[in-house]
Amino acid sequence: MTYLADVAALTRKDLRVELRGRDTLPAMLLFVLSTLVVFHFAIPDGAGDDAAYGLLWVAIVFTALLGLARAWVPEQEHGVLDGLVLAPCDRSAIWLGKSIATLAFLLAAQAVALPAFVLFFEPLDATALAGVLLADIGICAVGSLMSAMAAAARAREVLLPLLVLPLAIPLIVGGIGAAVSADGERFLLFLLLYDAVFAVLSWASFEYVVTE
Amino acid sequence: MGLAIILALIVAPEDADQGISQRIFYIHVPIALTAYFCFGLGAVKALFLLWRGDERYDLESYVAIHQGTIFGALTLITGAIWAKASWGVWWTWSSNQLVLFLVLFLFYCAYFMLRFSLEDGPRRARSSAVYALFGVALIPVSFLAIRLAEDFIHPTVFTREGPQMSGSMFATFAITWAAVTLLAYVLYRVELAGKRLDADLRELREALQ
Repeated sequence: MTYLADVAALTRKDLRVELRGRDTLPAMLLFVLSTLVVFHFAIPDGAGDDAAYGLLWVAIVFTALLGLARAWVPEQEHGVLDGLVLAPCDRSAIWLGKSIATLAFLLAAQAVALPAFVLFFEPLDATALAGVLLADIGICAVGSLMSAMAAAARAREVLLPLLVLPLAIPLIVGGIGAAVSADGERFLLFLLLYDAVFAVLSWASFEYVVTE
Repeated sequence: MGLAIILALIVAPEDADQGISQRIFYIHVPIALTAYFCFGLGAVKALFLLWRGDERYDLESYVAIHQGTIFGALTLITGAIWAKASWGVWWTWSSNQLVLFLVLFLFYCAYFMLRFSLEDGPRRARSSAVYALFGVALIPVSFLAIRLAEDFIHPTVFTREGPQMSGSMFATFAITWAAVTLLAYVLYRVELAGKRLDADLRELREALQ
């Protein structure tokens, strides 16, 4: 149970840093809302209702990228990561803590963005919401690892979207399928499979990415 | 090996009985399979690197993925030519394999971006290795995703025309496949030797200074 305690402590640390600094969440919120407004003007009349769902997913992925780009910045700026790596806990706990914290930010941003989407564009049913949740988990799991990789690189702001977007394509397929397809459960199952595969892979490989 | 390619190209026209466009099949499919093979090899070497921690595997994994990306680009080009010849368009989203290759091509280009923006050293080797492993997991997942996406992007599934392969066609196909694999292997060895020479030279130069 010490593992879970470590994860909880690391998540709490990230949430507290955000609460005091307020660097990430307001930016994500403002970004996703302004994107939705931009989309209103970007979709011509009569483009079809389903087009709005596609744009919602573009907004979700880019909002997640915005949050992920900030994810390791505090660690990087103050050399915290070295301390965390040296701490007597399993290193994968660092990844899990960061993923949960990023997921919390993303869900908080969506708690505003999804009602706004329903208000501006189209209604969302339970399957679509489940799709959003599952895709969020996937993108935070994979993204936290990629972001840790990119944090050590020279051009990390540019690099992160390049690393994450090809990996996010299956998530977008699953999410849109859950929203527009008549047989949405199949897509939820697919998202679940994606989450399982890539979460295990990220969990197992995080240690190699952060150790010198 | 060059002889094998020429042989295959000469043999191919004999049994390509539904027009010239079908001939590219003998090049396109072996190249695609070889690209998969290179990506797989790169991931296996990456796994070895993480497992055993031997620096040697880093270069091997990198070179294999480099080869895979080149063959992937060739697959996209030959695929586009084939699509133009048989379906009349340069690009079609209904061809699952082509779309998959586009996704993989983007993914592996990002691999090079990652590699070249990290400092040389064990951390770069391990980060690249982890990314290469992700690539191999991405192949089946993307394939499944693209198959699923047909549901809402294309209501009707495109069925490719073309008959079952006859014996002599299959023989030609097998020969070209072997030739392309051999070509990939030779390129891999040459590239690896070149990179190793490069690394040795750099070490020597640093030692002399």
